[in-house]
This record gives sequence, structure tokens and C-alpha cells, in this order.
Amino acid sequence: MSDRVVNAGLQPSVTPVRPPASVVTEQRGVRWLLIAIAIVFLALFLLLPLLTVIVEAFSKGLGAYAAALTEPDAVAALRLTLTVAAIAVPFNLVFGVVAAWAIAKFEFRGKNLLITLIDLPFSVSPVVSGLIYVLVFGTQGLLGPWLIDHNIQIIFAVPGIVLATIFVTFPFVARQLIPLMQEQGTLEEEAALTLGASGWHAFWTVTLPNIRWGLFYSVLLCNARAMGEFGAVSVVSGHIRGLTNTIPLHVEILYNEYNFVASFAVASLLAGLALVTLVIKSVLEWRYSADIAAGARRH
Amino acid sequence: MGYTLMILGLVVLLPLAALVLRASGTGLGGIWSVATDPRVGSALRISFGTSFLAALVSTTFGSVVAWVLSRYDFPGRRLVDAAVDLPFALPTAVAGIALASLYAPNGLIGSMLSRIGIEVAYTPVGILIAMIFIGLPFAVRTVQPLILELDREIEEASATLGASRWHTISRIVLPPLIPAVLTGFALAFARGVGEYGSIIFIAGNLPYVSEIAPLLIVIKLSEFDYAGAAAIASIMLVISFATLLLINLIQAWSRRRFGHV
Repeated sequence: MSDRVVNAGLQPSVTPVRPPASVVTEQRGVRWLLIAIAIVFLALFLLLPLLTVIVEAFSKGLGAYAAALTEPDAVAALRLTLTVAAIAVPFNLVFGVVAAWAIAKFEFRGKNLLITLIDLPFSVSPVVSGLIYVLVFGTQGLLGPWLIDHNIQIIFAVPGIVLATIFVTFPFVARQLIPLMQEQGTLEEEAALTLGASGWHAFWTVTLPNIRWGLFYSVLLCNARAMGEFGAVSVVSGHIRGLTNTIPLHVEILYNEYNFVASFAVASLLAGLALVTLVIKSVLEWRYSADIAAGARRH
Repeated sequence: MGYTLMILGLVVLLPLAALVLRASGTGLGGIWSVATDPRVGSALRISFGTSFLAALVSTTFGSVVAWVLSRYDFPGRRLVDAAVDLPFALPTAVAGIALASLYAPNGLIGSMLSRIGIEVAYTPVGILIAMIFIGLPFAVRTVQPLILELDREIEEASATLGASRWHTISRIVLPPLIPAVLTGFALAFARGVGEYGSIIFIAGNLPYVSEIAPLLIVIKLSEFDYAGAAAIASIMLVISFATLLLINLIQAWSRRRFGHV
């Protein structure tokens, strides 16, 4: 996205004598046809589903909407979702910064392999992400018997949900920061170290300020995914109402009970989160595009 | 460094190893017998086949959207640009129930389509719709940066030398975009194959008709058939890795051919 801003600013000076516009663009009619196709397609596939959520949520009025959100199971689901995100996001934040630091600022063999491995959770189906934790911690899993002996429950309990969420959001921060930190190089840190700063001091005063917008950006996306994850969490949660139900799972239960208004009301919370995420993300991209850089194209 | 490897090992590699271990515990023969089970076979066919079609649609329209967003100026362009990322940000379960109610026989679009005899909800077409939704941002976002990087002076040169606009587009503009389009296709395809949340509501989940492979894993798990679930998962993983490898090969090839990704 950074390129567009740069291009728009540079174009007049790069090509001082511009040929007639028609030479490097399509005819007016073709242009509007393509714009129309793009907008109609996006409206049908993106806008309409979003509107549906809002319309359905309020279809029985404000009272029914509020009732669906204040019902004890919904409140418990909301609390669990917030708790899970509050653990998973900081965990991945710390890992992401450390991993990006190690990969961008030091030279070692197998770097590409490491990046690929960090990337792995993006290419694994959410359901498989949940499944692998069941295979480790479930009753028939690798550690199952040991966990039963020690009376520790991970699957069908909160720890499993946290683990699955950490897995699916694992690459977000690292993937965003690695290209950014590689681009910035090590010169500024080296200068700080030469001037007598400790490594820790250099990190806080040089590295961190340089990556702060990229970091914020990636945490934002990480959080959106953490709160909205469905497939992986669904496999490990056990769907115990009021105990191991996150907001997305609560949406599913209500929908399958034909309680559509309540289901869409709860879903509207997540849609709202998505909208807020998109707005902040777009603002960040417009204002700090250089600080965020093209970074992770895959989410 | 050590911390990175330790966390990576604990969070990602150990559980994946458990999957491999469990699947290999049943042996290749066991995996083969699961793969040739008619219900599993049809679920895999539906997942991979529909995802392929959906990726085709996403890539086609995604390329048009990317072109329009990077080349034309029109009111609301930034808004449309931001909206492209909606499927990334919207939780899959929310997308799932929204699509299901839109395309249900009594829904806004579903009722119009059923009048002309097209049933979407609870058929493979519903799966296709959900996969297009999920794959679209991948198709747009991989092509868009490349269109922005294209050197317009070459297009000018082509026009000056007498080429028609269509000729310039097909001979000058499109060829360097092909690797990005293929990468976008592969990403959308991989995402569609693994997708679960946005599909299960609209699909109806009829065995042999509209049951996808990830759902079958969930069903096997709920029957405590861990080995069966692990076998399906490893088949899916192998195919996904092959796709990932293909993406890397395409990118390496494009770097050699065009000097950038």
C-alpha cells in the first residue's frame, strides 16, 4: 500500500511530459464497466453479508437485542473470549518481537526454514489446528493418561482454547515484523551500542520506536483473529455453556437452536470488532504506510 | 534465539508431530483405507474441487478489483479498498450465519435465486459462495502491489509504437502479473480447502453431497475416532504442503523471470 502513496506523489515529476491520458488507460466506457463490476461484486459478496448481520440482529427491536447480549451465557462467553485474547495476544506479541529480532538482526543458517515453520499455522486448516492439540492433550492423546493421573484438564477446558488460539494467531506479529526489521537493518542499533547503550537499552530506545506502528498493526490483526477464531476453538472447547463457550461458539449454538435474533445480536459484537479493526487498520495504512511496509500479505 | 526455537517447538512442532505420530501409528495402509472410504473420498473431492472453482472465481474477480483499485480514481475508492479486507477481519462463524441467512430459500438473495430455480443454501453452490468470500482478499492483495509497481512508461512506449490498448494489456501488462495471480490463486485455494466456520452453516452438510473434509474431521473426533481424524488431517496437510511448495516455486520462477515477486 505504501507504493501507491509514493507513486501518486512522484508521478508528475517522473513523467513531466505526459501523453494524452487515453494512451495509458482504457476507454472511458471500459473503465466504468470494470469499476461497476468490481463494486457490484464486492457489494454482493462483502457488504450484503455485513448488513445482514446488523439487520437480523435488530429485527425484533432494541429490547430483544439487549436481552440477547445481557443473558448470562452470552456474558460468560464474552468474558471467556476476552480472557483468551488477553492471554494469547500478549504471548504472541512477545514471541513475535523476539523471533523477528532474532531473525532480522542476526545471521544464522536455516533462517528460511525457521520463517517457514513460523508461517506454518497460516496454512493449516483451523480444524486441524484444534485436532493436533486434542491428539496431544486429549484423553487418548500422547499426554492424556499422564494428565488424567494428575487431574489436569486441558482439552474441553480453557487451557485448550488458549493453546488453540495461540496456534492460529502465532505468525501474525512475527510475520509483520520480520520484513520491517530486516529493512531497517542493524545500523542504528550498532550506533547505540557503540555509544555505550546496553542491548536492552538499545532495544527500548531504538528498535521498539522504529517498529511501533508495525507492531500495533500486527497486534490489532492478531487480536481480531484471536477473538473471532471458530474452527480450532470449536474442536477443543467441548461447547460447555457458560464454561467453555467463546463468543463465536455461542453464535453457533444460538443459530443451531433457531434463535436467530440472539445469534445475530451476539454476532454483531464480532462484526463490530471487525469493523473497528478495519477502520484502525486503514487509518494506520494511510498515515504510517512506510512504517508498516508491505509486510505480511498473507493473513 | 533459544527462546524462539523453544516456543516454536512447543506451540507448533510438538503438536504437529503428534499428528504425524498418530497417523503413522495406523500405518500407510490405515491411511489408505480411510482415504478410500467413500464418504471421506467424496468429502475430500468436494473440499478440493469446490475450492479450486472458488479460487478461479476469486482470482478472476479479484484481479479486476485489484486493477480498478490501483489504476482508476473514483469516489469511495479508499472505502472499497478497505472493505476488501473484510473477510480477513470478520470471524468465520459470523460470515457463515450471514451467508446462510442471505442465501437460504427465504433469504434476500436465496428467494430471488430460487424463483429462477437455483438453490444455493444446503448445496455445493453454497460451499462455493462461502469459499469465494473467504478467498477474495488473497486474490486482490497479492496482485494489487504488483499492478502498482508496473512501469507505466513501458505502456506508453507500447502505445507510442502503435499498439492498441488491448494489445498493450495482453502483451505488456498481463505477463508480469501472472505469477502474482497464480500465487493469489494458490493462497485462496489453500484457504478454501481448510475453511470450516463460514461453510458449515450454508452447506447443509449432507454426506456425499455437501459435506467438507474439515467437518468430517470434527465428526470423527466427536465419535472419538482419533485415528480416522488424524488420517484425514494428514491427507489434507500433505496436499496443503504441496500447494505451499508450489507457491514457493512460482515465486522463485517469477524472481528469475521478472526480477521481483
